[in-house]
Amino acid sequence: MQIEEKFEPTIVAFCCNWCSYAGADLSGTNRLQYPANVKIIRVPCSCRVNPMFILRAFQRGADGVILCGCHPGDCHYTTGNYYARRRMTLLFSMLDFLGIERERTRLEWVSAAEGAKFAATMNDFVETVTRLGKNRRLEDLRCNK
Amino acid sequence: MQQVIRDKALSLLEAGKVDRVLAWKEGEFFYDQTPHVFKTAEEINRSLVYNGFSAANLSKYLVKETLKDGMIAVFLKPCDTYSFSQLLKEHRIPREKVWAVGIPCDGKLDIDRIRKAGLRGITSIREDGDRLSVSTIYGEKTVAKSDALAERCENCKSRKHIVYDELIGSEGEALDSGRFDAVEALEKMSPEERFAFWQKELSRCIRCNACRNACPACTCEKCVFDNPASGIESKAPASSFEEQNFHIIRAFHVVGRCTDCGECSRVCPQSIPLHLINRKFIKDINEFYGTYQAGENPDERAPLTNFDKDDMEPADAFRKGE
Repeated sequence: MQIEEKFEPTIVAFCCNWCSYAGADLSGTNRLQYPANVKIIRVPCSCRVNPMFILRAFQRGADGVILCGCHPGDCHYTTGNYYARRRMTLLFSMLDFLGIERERTRLEWVSAAEGAKFAATMNDFVETVTRLGKNRRLEDLRCNK
Repeated sequence: MQQVIRDKALSLLEAGKVDRVLAWKEGEFFYDQTPHVFKTAEEINRSLVYNGFSAANLSKYLVKETLKDGMIAVFLKPCDTYSFSQLLKEHRIPREKVWAVGIPCDGKLDIDRIRKAGLRGITSIREDGDRLSVSTIYGEKTVAKSDALAERCENCKSRKHIVYDELIGSEGEALDSGRFDAVEALEKMSPEERFAFWQKELSRCIRCNACRNACPACTCEKCVFDNPASGIESKAPASSFEEQNFHIIRAFHVVGRCTDCGECSRVCPQSIPLHLINRKFIKDINEFYGTYQAGENPDERAPLTNFDKDDMEPADAFRKGE
């Protein structure tokens, strides 16, 4: 019998320390399931995420990158996520312009109370990226060790 | 025009108004001019040139030049004044040290386009109105100037001088030239076609960094691409990732500051249409956050250092065109 190997994507989730990271924690304490493909990187604010971080994640083997921050208006630093939103809108639009699948990048607002939303978002994102398959257009072969 | 500019440079220098003049100097080939700081009248008379190939945007050189003592005069074409104004806004150039002379421009020539028209062995080019007399080793030829214009000049955004101390010629106007047409054509393609298009273009990149070095918006003392710890400092790109990474980040770092002067594409030795990446960002900014032209209004906040509570989400931006 042949065992079919299922593609397991690597997802990098940048989570803001004040909302989304706590949201991820809450989904854990609530025993809500989300796939182990998601690797969370804690950042002080969604605004901390440099476009280079996103590209670098793809370089190092991510198949999808999601940025989670506080809801607009709820930023711990008052306005950080507004700036992040503009930056990511332009960056994602540019990735699309260069022909990289637009479903591989996502921006989502998850508050500390939204454990369920965090789990649902991650389940949905992992499913989307699994359907897309491996990231070929932004990979760096030298990083495939 | 060249004589007018030489005379202006000489009179400014002789009157003691300025100590140096930044202009174009004859290069190795007639179509290959180089920005140069002239210090003496003799030097100006010998090698200051101005013609269809005086394309370099001189505003960037003022950043380094104004660190030195004394006044400097500079000749700025309309599109250069946008970059100059943007650099003033960013406090990269002290205004009081520069004497800016606005000069008219009716489009710069692209030697590669003339060559592509089938002309070989070009020895010199003379402009007669809207025709070009091209001397080649095979004899005299003529081409329409409109067939020899650089891409950025075909889609000239403005003939208006934004900032100057004195003006040679008359004041122009901002133009509506359809400069986003090429970006729109690419947007209409499927992602696969776009990827193939950019792969074809960007894989030619040799990472010479000319686009960065010539860009009037790229004026950081230390550049992220020169950082050996960045992991992306390698020379020629080794993978599709590196090709795209460099160009995305290069363009992203000048979002909201890029005046669309087209220097990146002009200096590219591999003729990659880099300005299309910058233009895509400009187009997106115009569509998402309201029309914004970098360098036009010194009091306006740049789009990425500004926000609105009702800005669109990235997902909405994709849905917009559908």
